Amino acid sequence: MKFKKSYQKYGLYLLMFLAAVLTLAPFVWMLSASIMPEGGANQFPPRLFPKTPTWEHYQRLFRQMNIVRYFLNSVIVAVSVTFISLLFNSMAGYAFAKYRFPGKNKLFKLLLSAMVIPAQVTMLPLFLMLNRMGLVNTYWGIIIPGMTSIYGIFLIRQYIMSIPDSLIEAARIDGATDFYIYLRLILPLAKPILVTLALFTFMGSWNDFLWPLIVMTGDSMYTLPVALANLMGEHAQDTELMMAGAVITILPVLIVFLAMQKYYIRGIMLGSVKE
Amino acid sequence: MKFKWQNYNAAYLFLSPAMTAIFIFFFLPVLAALVMSFTDFDIYSLGDISRARFVGFSNYIDLFKNPLFWKALGNTGYFVLVGVPLSILISMLAAMALNSKMLRFKPFFRLTFFLPVVTTLVAVAVIWRYIYQARFGLLNYLLSFVGINPVDWLGNPRWAMLALIIMAVWKGFGYNMIIFVAGLQNIPETLYEAARLDGANGWQEFRNVTLPMLAQTTGFITITTLIGYCQFFAEPYVMTDGGPLNSTLSIVLMMYKEGFKFWRMGYSAAIAFILFGIILIITLIQLRIQKHHEI
Amino acid sequence: MVRAHSMEKCCCQSKRNTVSQNSFCKKIKNTDFYLLILLPALILFFNACHSVEKKDHVIDFWAMGVEAQHLGELVTVFEQENPELHVRVQAIPWSAAHEKLLTAYAGNSTPDLCQLGNTWIPEFVILNAIEPLDALLKTSADIDTAQYFSGIWATNEIDGTLYGIPWYVDTRLLFYRKDIFEELGHSTAPTTWDDLFDLSLKIQNEGKTEYAFYLPLNGWHEIVAMAMQNGSTLLKDNNSYGDFDAPEFQNALRFFLKLYEHQLCPLGMNAISNLYQSFADDYFAIYISGPWNLGEFQKRLPEFMQAKWTVAPMPSFAGEYPGISTAGGSSIVMFKNSENKAAAWKLIEFLSRPEIQTRFYQLSGDLPANTSAWNILGLHQNERTEVFFQQLHHVKPTPRIPEWEQIALKIQQHVEAMVYGDITPEEVGSRLNIEVNRLLEKRRWLLERERM
Repeated sequence: MKFKKSYQKYGLYLLMFLAAVLTLAPFVWMLSASIMPEGGANQFPPRLFPKTPTWEHYQRLFRQMNIVRYFLNSVIVAVSVTFISLLFNSMAGYAFAKYRFPGKNKLFKLLLSAMVIPAQVTMLPLFLMLNRMGLVNTYWGIIIPGMTSIYGIFLIRQYIMSIPDSLIEAARIDGATDFYIYLRLILPLAKPILVTLALFTFMGSWNDFLWPLIVMTGDSMYTLPVALANLMGEHAQDTELMMAGAVITILPVLIVFLAMQKYYIRGIMLGSVKE
Repeated sequence: MKFKWQNYNAAYLFLSPAMTAIFIFFFLPVLAALVMSFTDFDIYSLGDISRARFVGFSNYIDLFKNPLFWKALGNTGYFVLVGVPLSILISMLAAMALNSKMLRFKPFFRLTFFLPVVTTLVAVAVIWRYIYQARFGLLNYLLSFVGINPVDWLGNPRWAMLALIIMAVWKGFGYNMIIFVAGLQNIPETLYEAARLDGANGWQEFRNVTLPMLAQTTGFITITTLIGYCQFFAEPYVMTDGGPLNSTLSIVLMMYKEGFKFWRMGYSAAIAFILFGIILIITLIQLRIQKHHEI
Repeated sequence: MVRAHSMEKCCCQSKRNTVSQNSFCKKIKNTDFYLLILLPALILFFNACHSVEKKDHVIDFWAMGVEAQHLGELVTVFEQENPELHVRVQAIPWSAAHEKLLTAYAGNSTPDLCQLGNTWIPEFVILNAIEPLDALLKTSADIDTAQYFSGIWATNEIDGTLYGIPWYVDTRLLFYRKDIFEELGHSTAPTTWDDLFDLSLKIQNEGKTEYAFYLPLNGWHEIVAMAMQNGSTLLKDNNSYGDFDAPEFQNALRFFLKLYEHQLCPLGMNAISNLYQSFADDYFAIYISGPWNLGEFQKRLPEFMQAKWTVAPMPSFAGEYPGISTAGGSSIVMFKNSENKAAAWKLIEFLSRPEIQTRFYQLSGDLPANTSAWNILGLHQNERTEVFFQQLHHVKPTPRIPEWEQIALKIQQHVEAMVYGDITPEEVGSRLNIEVNRLLEKRRWLLERERM
């Protein structure tokens, strides 16, 4: 029995170790290829580590490819989307969770069923519309469609529903107004889901590709992923340069995630287990 | 809570920003797209609307006659039918391993498996494009150690879709894994103890305790994963552009190409609504099954 | 957590006493409001910073990847000559260019000038997006039609009206390993496809390279050139029906297929990760490509390879040599929406000057559209560029209709399927006809309508 247990244990460790190596390998290769000299990543057998590391590809990205600008665009868009959507979604989520009003169930059902509609359906008319409003190739072009998310409203509603009504009643008896309750009672209590949603939204916005590609018609407005795909079109032969670009695109989200992973992972659980 | 006008009023005020945005920037475009799908709105019509005609259902009829559409449908089906079970299976196995009492360094493993989830898909696709490269790619090199001859992963129509599936599973399994871990932690230890008292072995424990207790979680995961996989787009867009031989052309990629590359907007809108219909049907079936199980 | 705040903190001093408004505004801390307002304001600020007002002394010029990179120096010269003007060059990648341009057109955000692949011109003409240039050309002292390749110039004329000025020219021909050809007794490249085919068999049988040919399946130029050599017009009846079951097209397909049936080309690898390495590594000996690769081959092939490669005109099926190739390259077009047409035309004229074309070739390696630049550069003395010069006199444009890009894509896809053995050449023809005819239905309707 004892023998069998330890046998199982080592088997498990071996498997997990292998799985971890396989999961990390693409990242490790990306990092090392990005500092290989030109042509270094196209050799047989492939090298895992560069013989003579070089920063030239990063330097090229910074000097010639305007990467700082793309980085700033990504930051501005992601931060704006996160903040505005958090505000709008939490207000709506609160209304759905704690108010009764005519049409509530119908509206909520409508929203829920709308979650089945793939976003791509809206893209063509949306583009024409934003264009009429003069918002194509501005940050608003990305921010506006990202301002709300039905999923976000849904998650916040689920969470706020678990806040006891008695707390709200008590506040109301104390003379607090609706908005005051929302701002000073509900938002602090809903902090876990808000932090989570903020992270989700930020990363989603950072990683988003298709819509920014469509709506940012000007080179100077590209976000990092669009710029990277753009680079891929022109420099597909330069494996090492592309890897350096991938590193720069991935690094910021990775840092944000590592700093806040507790909230992120806890949030996924909140979102699904409350189902 | 009492029904008072000011209560409604506050609720509507809270709702108004989000609802305005959703109605103007989501529902309105959906309707516009629906109307569009019954027209031959295309590049000619962009400059001169009189060059568009109402064509009834002919976009839909054309699509059903178009072998490329069936190809895209088949590809998407392949991606979903292989990718979703594989992804769920791996997520579940990883979750069970992470939940095992034998395992230490759990935060490390959890973090490792989760890293691909948070990284940018475009960047990941770029990396994997080189990993799959036939002559110098890392994957073929690794496979050569177990005696497998080089495979032209992205250039061969037989393997290209599988290559995309492997990448998609790698990219996404960590997410469902976390949800499964949460589900597993919610299973009361007493159930396992009771099972062990009844003399159940590991497999029986899994069959009779873990699996039924995870049914709801699995249902949730299946729905979200299915819907997500039905809409796969960025992987083929960045890695293969739908090729070779259209073997990785997905419905959304076809829709995107018709719509944004060739600006056959009516046609493209029709594809979008067929996709919508498929997702709707899947969701309804899944909900029906789930309800059935709950009763 | 919930404490009653004093009324002084109220932000809303409204005297009106409607219940809802009053209750809604009461007791909100100033800081909360600042926070709620600050961030949107910040976003607005960022937006304001970046939405630069269009001024009438600014010329917006969109160029594709490499060309855009090399424009900087020329633009500086232009701005020195015309201090009142400022040129903004924007780079768009080739792979996304077509989408990007149509999107810009749909979005009313087209630039003043744009580099346009000349197969794309008809599309923008029918969209009524680009400006006819005949009147401007007539008064121009700088641009002389006689100095241009006629086949290339023709791609810029739609129904007798000029819409673009050729900027650089491009066509496809053979790049090959001279050393290998010579070892097998060929001091020059074969002039017919059949001879080239025989030579390819020999190359492979003697193990000179792994494959004789590299014909990427993600393009359409090769098969279309072969078909045009056979006299295929691809479309018929005023370009409103497909003509792919005609023997001219079918014969080209059969030859193309034969190359693969004899395993002379690697199947699948449409993404050889490094073309140049593969060429140097004896992976293949013959490659059909365009002038941009003259520079790239020089830059990227190792030193010992430099004397071992050269170029030759397209072979043909019979008779004429060089065989016909596709008329490619880019022109500069002016958008109708431009509010700055006089200045934009000035830039077109500037870029067309022989000495500027010369400099642009030195920077980018793109072959000048203006033939007097060829003389200045001594390109006729260069064995490789001279071959391109000859080839450029044997080029034909592809059908000049907006649907061409889609049709070309369909040709490419069906040819790919044929090479994989999924369908026969006859099936390629019949399927292409069905699909292309469906695609051209709108064109037939419009033609019919215009006639009425």
